[in-house]
Amino acid sequence: MRVTGAIGAGLREMTDKPKTIKSVVFPLAVLGALVGIWTLVWAAGVFHVSALPSPLSVLRAFELEIRTGRLCNDLIISLFRVSCGFSLAVALGIPMGVWLGQKLTPRLALLPIVNFFRNLSSLAWIPFAILWFGVGDASTIFLIFLAAFFPVVLATMAAVSSIPTVYSRVAHDYGLSGVEKLIHVTLPAIMPQVITALRVTAGLSWLVVVAAEMVAGRDGLGFAVMDARNGLRIDLLLVEMITIGLIGVAIDSVLARLTNIPSVRWGYER
Amino acid sequence: MGIRKVGDTQIEPLDSNRRRPPVSLTAVDSQSSRPFQLTRVGRRFGTVEVLQDISVAIEPGEFVAVVGPSGCGKTTLLNLLSGYEQPSAGVVERRGQVCMVYQVDGLYPWMTVAENISLGVRHLASADERRLHIDDMIRLIELQGFENHYPHQLSGGMRQRVELARALAGNSDILLMDEPFSSLDYLTRLRMRQELAHLLHERPRTVVLVTHDIEEAAQLADRVIVLTGRPAQIRRELRIQTARPRALTHAEVVSATRIILTELGIEDGAGAIEGA
Repeated sequence: MRVTGAIGAGLREMTDKPKTIKSVVFPLAVLGALVGIWTLVWAAGVFHVSALPSPLSVLRAFELEIRTGRLCNDLIISLFRVSCGFSLAVALGIPMGVWLGQKLTPRLALLPIVNFFRNLSSLAWIPFAILWFGVGDASTIFLIFLAAFFPVVLATMAAVSSIPTVYSRVAHDYGLSGVEKLIHVTLPAIMPQVITALRVTAGLSWLVVVAAEMVAGRDGLGFAVMDARNGLRIDLLLVEMITIGLIGVAIDSVLARLTNIPSVRWGYER
Repeated sequence: MGIRKVGDTQIEPLDSNRRRPPVSLTAVDSQSSRPFQLTRVGRRFGTVEVLQDISVAIEPGEFVAVVGPSGCGKTTLLNLLSGYEQPSAGVVERRGQVCMVYQVDGLYPWMTVAENISLGVRHLASADERRLHIDDMIRLIELQGFENHYPHQLSGGMRQRVELARALAGNSDILLMDEPFSSLDYLTRLRMRQELAHLLHERPRTVVLVTHDIEEAAQLADRVIVLTGRPAQIRRELRIQTARPRALTHAEVVSATRIILTELGIEDGAGAIEGA
């Protein structure tokens, strides 16, 4: 027998307090240690000055980039592209996944091709993206869409086809119509798995935007990385890299909050 | 579910695209108001014959338990009764609205206790009336304070009580139960039997219970149907006269248990147990 909600929450609260402190203090300690090692390696002159910037020079570059507004500008551009490509992939991928999950014939027909595109790196599309859409927003959005769409379709399809049949029978017993069943049974039943898929594909999209902008961009964080490299500004390079990593973490932690919605908690507490 | 007129001679496929009609069954003379009349019903899957020549009539308000060796087709029989499956031979006549309680967790885990129970009262037009019915059911199963809990926050027994409440909240006439308590521990199962007897006292229904728990059948049912191994036929029908609810240790329950065990070949009739 499981503990009831009230008792369970109480237990969690009691054990959570020291855990929260640890989850802040320990990562900060690791970060401090990394910066320490970096400083030591730099001071010892292991690499040439042009191959490893000092932490202080990176901090200064950060300050400059923020003051000139360039970092913020690139960041907004990249986030805009990811939002567009990812939203488009989700908006089309979930309905298609639901459809394929429910209908055997289209699933048999389309699954191999979906699998093919799922395994074809969207970066391989870069030349075509540039030929078709030119350099800029459209081509990067197209590449992000390709990276996210197929995984979303496959994950949604798998989730739908694994819904226990008893849920359908209950829907039938209580006279739910087709639309009601979709809204009150099918979609809530796949939500936990879909949210997990969204977290994975959002991460994927963020990886792809950087790579796409490096080749097919005139702005954005990926282009800034390439620009810093071309100008031999390794301090700026690190500024962009740190920003890209931090934003990736931020995107995931925002999406992770979706798992706290009460009506999907069941999917994560087994 | 489709509207089933009194006097239907053929079973009607359940219509999945319509809400249950808000009208309940009108009382008619006992012969034609029988919830179930099965005439020489058989069911085969390919070459495997699961049920053979089953004829049985179930009276309104009766509690019938079906027991038999495992894998003999008890669940198939229940699926024929609910209309989920069609017979390969014979006729299943059904009058009234059917609600089913399943073997595995049939509660929707993304809905709270109150939301799950509200599925049972979807036919009521007014929100106030629905609210009233839901509160009523929650009080009956003594889960006040748990309305907004999700199934995964409840114990197995509590979940099964919610499932009963959902099935009994509506205006169905017939309750079909497929080994509803089989996943519960022994003591919880005993308590759930009392709970079911109590709920049926408040909300009378015709019940068909499929179970492998012979004690459960003997304690709860007015009539126990013992099936043979596959292809399942009716081996014996046993009426239990003592009024419900009865104690597990009541003499008639004990003797009925012994008779059923003997019919299933587990006891030799003299009281010695040959095997589990």
